[in-house]
Amino acid sequence: MDVFSHDVLIVGGGGAGLRAAIAVAETDPKLSLAVVSKVYPMRSHTVSAEGGAAAVIKDDDSLDDHAYDTISGADWLCDQDAVELFVNEAPGEMLQLEHWGCPWSRLSDGSVAVRPFGGMKKQRTWFAADKTGFHMLHALFQTTLKYDPIQRYDEYFVTKLLVDDGRCRGVVAIELATGRIVTILAKSVMLCTGGCGKVFPFTTNANIKNGDGMSLAYRAGAPLKDMEFVQYHPTGLPFTGILITEASRAEGGWLLNKDGYRYLQDYDLGKPEPHPVLRSMELGPRDRLSQAFVQEQEKGRTFEGPYGNYVHLDIRHLGKAKIDKSIPFVRELCRKYVNIDPVHEMIPVRPVVHYIMGGVHTDLDGATPLAGLYSAGEAACVSINGANRLGSNSLTELLVFGARAGNAAAKFALEVEGNGISAISAQVGDEQRRLEKDFLEKQGGTERIATVREEMQKIMEECVGIYRNGKDLERGAEELAKLRERADNIALDDHSHTFNTELTAALELGYMMDSAEAIIHSAKARHESRGSHQRTDFPERDDDKFLQHSLAYRTESDAPRIEYTPVSITRWPPGKRVYGK
Amino acid sequence: MADTITVSVSRYRPEQESEPTFQDYDVPFRDDWAVLDAINHIKDNIDGSLSHRWSCRMGVCGSCGMMVNGEPTLTCAAFLSQYAPGPIRIEPLRYFPVIRDLVVDITSFMTKLKKVKPWIIRKEEKALSEGEYRQSPDELDAYKKYSMCINCLLCYSACPVIGLEPNFIGPASIALAQRYNLDSRDEGALERLSILSQDDGMWQCTFVGECSEVCPKDVDPAGAIQRYKLTGAANWFETILPWSSK
Repeated sequence: MDVFSHDVLIVGGGGAGLRAAIAVAETDPKLSLAVVSKVYPMRSHTVSAEGGAAAVIKDDDSLDDHAYDTISGADWLCDQDAVELFVNEAPGEMLQLEHWGCPWSRLSDGSVAVRPFGGMKKQRTWFAADKTGFHMLHALFQTTLKYDPIQRYDEYFVTKLLVDDGRCRGVVAIELATGRIVTILAKSVMLCTGGCGKVFPFTTNANIKNGDGMSLAYRAGAPLKDMEFVQYHPTGLPFTGILITEASRAEGGWLLNKDGYRYLQDYDLGKPEPHPVLRSMELGPRDRLSQAFVQEQEKGRTFEGPYGNYVHLDIRHLGKAKIDKSIPFVRELCRKYVNIDPVHEMIPVRPVVHYIMGGVHTDLDGATPLAGLYSAGEAACVSINGANRLGSNSLTELLVFGARAGNAAAKFALEVEGNGISAISAQVGDEQRRLEKDFLEKQGGTERIATVREEMQKIMEECVGIYRNGKDLERGAEELAKLRERADNIALDDHSHTFNTELTAALELGYMMDSAEAIIHSAKARHESRGSHQRTDFPERDDDKFLQHSLAYRTESDAPRIEYTPVSITRWPPGKRVYGK
Repeated sequence: MADTITVSVSRYRPEQESEPTFQDYDVPFRDDWAVLDAINHIKDNIDGSLSHRWSCRMGVCGSCGMMVNGEPTLTCAAFLSQYAPGPIRIEPLRYFPVIRDLVVDITSFMTKLKKVKPWIIRKEEKALSEGEYRQSPDELDAYKKYSMCINCLLCYSACPVIGLEPNFIGPASIALAQRYNLDSRDEGALERLSILSQDDGMWQCTFVGECSEVCPKDVDPAGAIQRYKLTGAANWFETILPWSSK
């Protein structure tokens, strides 16, 4: 088997991975550094982010305001030391990206423009029209091209972390074009593989968002933190789940029920005003808006459609000029995918799974409990997002914690001894045999990948949706365990080595099952309601018992072991989340 | 309206076939299905051995470009209804080597992309402590269009010059060079001009304009190339005219 060796290996080439790569290259250009990704980096899901990235830049704003918005948005479950560090480093990172060429939208004086965003009491969201993630990713990727030390393994699919003597020592990966199985050794490994939205049926997430890194870490013994916290974005297009950015509400869009009524006023989110009011109504936090939709639906005040109930997002009053200037992608997506022009018509929207607050447990430097293993971005949980992430914090998080984790991984690689293949050759051999026996040469089986995947997604939607209860969670956990047995009985049509996407789909299904298991069991164990985790059988927040992060550890049984670790509180004692006042 | 449509897909599995062949699949005809949804339906329910790339399904990641009825097409942004009653012929993007089925080898593009130095080049970097580079909305508009390229490579499959001269640096790369040249923060235009003036550079373009026709993001690479040629020509005149300062 081919063996490659580097000092630092980054898995995933989205925003966090690329920012980390530049950080490593700038720490010491002599470090051997590589990014391995199952897609070409510019295809990574960062590309789909629309609305913007938050960082304090204007004179009327303050770091404490950004911190408070983030902490209250998180329903106090985030770590306040992490949040303070995040808001502190955010402006520098955003400026750095400006210097690297990101085409931020501007004011007439040439300074960077900012827009309002949900749950933020000041305007601090930088944006590049409504393709912010696209522009950030391409600016980052193109900038990495000037750093010669950054090598890439494009379209290599990582199947396993190699761990020996308590340290992560590299990965096993498949080169998709040839099917060649390779070992890539590294002194430090960083997981920047994004979230796992595809464990749900209706999501804004791309096909590649399968929780690969979460599962790799979980299988290697690192815990997954706060996995019960899944963000539903309130405004997705029915059927496709395509995101209609929060910026459409920040620019002044209204959410209307089937009677044409701005229903959010009934849910303790403030009073309807003609113009957007910060931290109020349509600019409330995503968890509260998605919950309001469900309640509105239960009252029979939503529209019924072929792809589920929906409400209207009305941006007609913004006018064509403003729509074309500030949110042109919204118009493009609506015309293309629902055949309406939002300049003249209202947009049908419903809540859609968008982001997972949980992820691989890391410290402030992206270090996981497994020595030599780091993580950043949606794959990781530092945590700044707690029980509900504020819109426009995640793009900034990629930069701040991508850079921090990159620096830390570089430092670690400079300090430790290198790896020899001998210590881990048995593991490598086992992994190669697993890939061959269970997949490439697999005979028999009766289940289709898509069937098992769809049933998993159905269980998740039914049992771990916007509102949850113990009975459903119990049932979901049982059904998921049974489904895992069926997943072992998959039939594969394709036994070839050349770009075998059935193989990757089967491996991704296994990854998603791990995330699904962690989500469902973490949700089952949290007997309270907080942020995006709403238990109808435990409707109150319970700070005495649950102002703690959950940690899900993989076990040999069909359920993870759930432990808890304290939340760091520095200056903002837990309080009531108040919006619309 | 018929409830199925026939999709004729180019299959090529190098481990078992020496040449591509077509395989027909009948898929449900649904108004709201993109061509990509039909291909996914085949993959999920009929034939798991079909390989193709896709990811975002909202026209921004650039993964799912293919030839549909002979035209370079982003398959997540083209709908079955456009091709009714069918059949729909789906092939890998033209002018690229085929790895497998609908998956093409884009390493040549990745090399070309890097060659045009698509990053901000400056003699002196401004310190972060000095804040952002000021850039007016008009200065942003000067390059914005060329920054919208999603690298889907439809323009390479549309370009007859690429068909004849695979080394031609190609529409998307030149548009991207222009994106940085026209960015008020950048000082690298001359460096890029020397790269783009080489034999495989912009002079190869015969201005057929097909690249701009197929671009799903209205980047207008043909316009970028035309504009670039004018810059290149002006620059060349400057070097030979007696009153030139050079």
